[in-house]
Amino acid sequence: MARAYETVIGLEVHAQLKTATKLFCGCPTDYGAAPNTQVCPVCLGLPGALPVPNERAMELAAIAGLALGCDVRSESRFDRKNYFYPDLSKGYQISQFEHPLNLGGHLTFLVGDQEKTVGLTRIHVEEDAAKNLHGAGGGAATVVDFNRGGTPLIEIVSEPDLRSAVEAEAYLRKLRDVLMFLGVNDGNLEEGSFRCDANVSVRPVGQEEFGTRTEIKNINSFKFVRQAIDYEVSRQVGVLESGGRVVQETRGWNDVTGKTFSQRSKEDAHDYRYFPDPDLPPIVFGAERIEALRKAAPKLPEQLRAEWTSEWGLTPYDAEVLTGHPAIAAYFGEVAGALDAGGREPRAEAGKRAANFIQAEVLRDVKTSGLDATFSVPAADVAELLSRVQAGTLTGKQGKQVFSEMASSGEGAEAVIARLGVQAPISDTGALEGDIRAIIAANPAQHEQYKAGKTKVLGFFVGQVMRVTKGAADPATVNALLERLLQE
Amino acid sequence: MSEPSPVAGVVDTAEAVRAGEQRAEDVVAQHVARAKARADLNALLHLDEERALSAARAVDERRARGEALGALAGVPVVLKDNLCLDGVPTTCASRILEGYRPPYNADCVERLIAEDAVIIAKANMDEFAMGSSNENSAFGPVKNPWDLTRAPGGSSGGSAAATAAGIGAVALGSDTGGSVRQPGAFCGVVAIKPTYGRLSRYGLIAFASSLDQVGTMTRDVRDGARVLRVLAGHDKRDATSAVEPVPDYEAACAAPVSGLRVGVLRAALDQVEDPDVRAAFSAAEQSLRDAGCDIVDIELPHAHHGVSVYYLVATAEASSNLARFDGMRFGLRVTGDDLLSTYERTRAQGFGPEVKRRIMLGTYALSSGYYDAFYIKAQKVRTLMVQDYQRAFERCDAVLSPTAPTPAFGLGEKTGDPLAMYLADIFTLPPSLAGLPAMHVPVGLGQASGLPVGVQVTTPAFTEVRMLQLAAALEARSGYVCAPPALFGGAG
Repeated sequence: MARAYETVIGLEVHAQLKTATKLFCGCPTDYGAAPNTQVCPVCLGLPGALPVPNERAMELAAIAGLALGCDVRSESRFDRKNYFYPDLSKGYQISQFEHPLNLGGHLTFLVGDQEKTVGLTRIHVEEDAAKNLHGAGGGAATVVDFNRGGTPLIEIVSEPDLRSAVEAEAYLRKLRDVLMFLGVNDGNLEEGSFRCDANVSVRPVGQEEFGTRTEIKNINSFKFVRQAIDYEVSRQVGVLESGGRVVQETRGWNDVTGKTFSQRSKEDAHDYRYFPDPDLPPIVFGAERIEALRKAAPKLPEQLRAEWTSEWGLTPYDAEVLTGHPAIAAYFGEVAGALDAGGREPRAEAGKRAANFIQAEVLRDVKTSGLDATFSVPAADVAELLSRVQAGTLTGKQGKQVFSEMASSGEGAEAVIARLGVQAPISDTGALEGDIRAIIAANPAQHEQYKAGKTKVLGFFVGQVMRVTKGAADPATVNALLERLLQE
Repeated sequence: MSEPSPVAGVVDTAEAVRAGEQRAEDVVAQHVARAKARADLNALLHLDEERALSAARAVDERRARGEALGALAGVPVVLKDNLCLDGVPTTCASRILEGYRPPYNADCVERLIAEDAVIIAKANMDEFAMGSSNENSAFGPVKNPWDLTRAPGGSSGGSAAATAAGIGAVALGSDTGGSVRQPGAFCGVVAIKPTYGRLSRYGLIAFASSLDQVGTMTRDVRDGARVLRVLAGHDKRDATSAVEPVPDYEAACAAPVSGLRVGVLRAALDQVEDPDVRAAFSAAEQSLRDAGCDIVDIELPHAHHGVSVYYLVATAEASSNLARFDGMRFGLRVTGDDLLSTYERTRAQGFGPEVKRRIMLGTYALSSGYYDAFYIKAQKVRTLMVQDYQRAFERCDAVLSPTAPTPAFGLGEKTGDPLAMYLADIFTLPPSLAGLPAMHVPVGLGQASGLPVGVQVTTPAFTEVRMLQLAAALEARSGYVCAPPALFGGAG
């Protein structure tokens, strides 16, 4: 290409708020129910029905705003966005236009190893539309499932601060992570609870003003976001390079062809006739309530990582792995907290012990789905098991054996230990000394090597002791005894 | 005491049924019979005799079992056809809802039933409550029981006519800009529009959400007070419903009014030309003076903008509220070649001309480029009108005014001139825009017209007690009895 172009991207993310019920009625928000079974006069827009705001939804939206550095407004309003479409039961969507709940804000994330901060314009609350199903059941008709209609969403609008598809993807991954850790959103892209519209434009490098943008609607995977933006950038550059002009329009993304396609030009843009919804008084958040939410908000991954590496003895790698999912982070927090509370060893030791065990044993068969995760053994039981290891009544090796049995049988540590007849490690020096002396005597060559300074053979002796005691000897006691007796 | 009304009202009926002096079934049967006999009024759109009689029998059976009955035991009720009644046709007098049966009850319906009232019929109305003469009904106009050539007023014209004709002891209407008070005036019945938020709007099919309130129509003030107490109170299904205690409105009707300061809009009164309306107002003013009230002159400097403000705000909200009538989920659908033409044909055939006019006006007022000049400016003037009342209520406890500028006008007289029709609401619009309680009290029959005339009492928000107190005093001193001669053989 003749000229170099710079890409400018702004993202609008629709994230479903993790509430039990819809934004303006009591219908459940569960995904996957039979069509039109989670509906009522309110979300069906029946004549005479009225919306009543879901307080929890507003709180979750405020929690998101606080975590993302927004100005959470003490008074916000709902407006009506008027347009006709069969998936819109009332002929208008209730959204926040003029006075959104959250203004400003920013998100910092890593692109490779470079830190990048993107400004947020706003985060507002709105209801989702229903779902049109075209040609369902093989017929030509379009039918509508209103189960999703009225589900609470936040729309997170970024400033046009992103400069590449890679940055856009990193931003989205980080945003999803934050929302999941806050318990605000389940991060489930396949079920559509985290969706993205991308505003994309290009401009010659050095040019101050933005190029004409297009909006790519409803992209539902990270990979597709990257592909759609890359495609759109090359398309726009192609248009400009061949002397054309980019048309401001809404475009769709076809993941089969890997191309964006024109949906609606600016000329057909709706006049949404926004006005304040007279059915809904302003939403008021007093300073005290905002403070209480701030205090109660769950910690974000980077806060946890900082704490865990500085106080709990974790390596940055351990901390990264254990903050991979909010449920795993919570699991670690529970196990490490319980071990620390026992007071048997320094916090950093307890943390390391929990981290090592969870990574080596527990994470092997964790399944996550949205915000939920299934663990083969509950955190409390693992904490109980590790506290026995901590106390020296189980060796580390025994701990792993017991855990494996707990995972397959579903029993608690105590029941497994009793059933398998696991013996507490022998830490009585008197009981071990005879065995150790016999082993030394039986292996004079190795004993000579040791005395000659080849201390590595200590491992050999430890192995022999463990074999003779069938693994029941306390390793620390064995080490200490061997070191003393081998010097003799 | 004046002559008793020829048909027992709310309080008398409820007390007789509770005491076992009368069976609810007999009461309801009498009202149903009158409704059938006066089908010529076209006041009702749906009369459900079987359902009503069976509900009445259930009330009687409960009494027979020794259960205590509610405050409205056996009281027959007529509902304006924009109030949802589970399983019963509810059309808003519009073709677009023909055959529609809501799957739930309005909040006020639930409250009536909980107090053992019996709903007997749905009343005719102006389509979607848009009108002042009941001539905008898709199912034909309602006739005024006092003179069958005249309009009953609107939009709750069917409710008013039924009440005046002794069909039902109470009718519920809805009032957006005067839609219970003005037909109350035309038909000579007591019509209460409570404070905005006093009653739940849940199940009231919306016209203009920031103005709509359910209202009562009864043949005397005490009846209205009893029904109001049943209907008032917070409803968590309506975010605009108020959390305010509900006082004993009925007791208020007996309280003396001496010492109350009553404000009079002298300048506005001078513009009223109708001699009957002027005479009724003077008589009302004098009777309050006689009762010991202080009459003070007040001004509402922005009240003359009421019609303009109302027809911007109400139409803007209506244009959005009526978008759900799209032929997709319920009601009429006229299938076209594609989605857009289905929308267009459904709404073109489903809505009448006045509804279309208002949707157009409202859509325009909200459109990009016009929003600030129309909708926002109207809201600003509305705020000024609220402040006018706040200042006025520093000097007085209530405002007395005519309810309508004329007694009932003739059917067809104003249908060609929408603006003239809109002016029928000049006195009722300001309290609506300010969200205040206001009610119509009949005070007699006009000398010139022979038709009922009366006045409007407006008080500060949530002071319905004071409003009813003054209304009861006016009623007692007027000697008026609601008994249209065409129906009750010249009584009254």
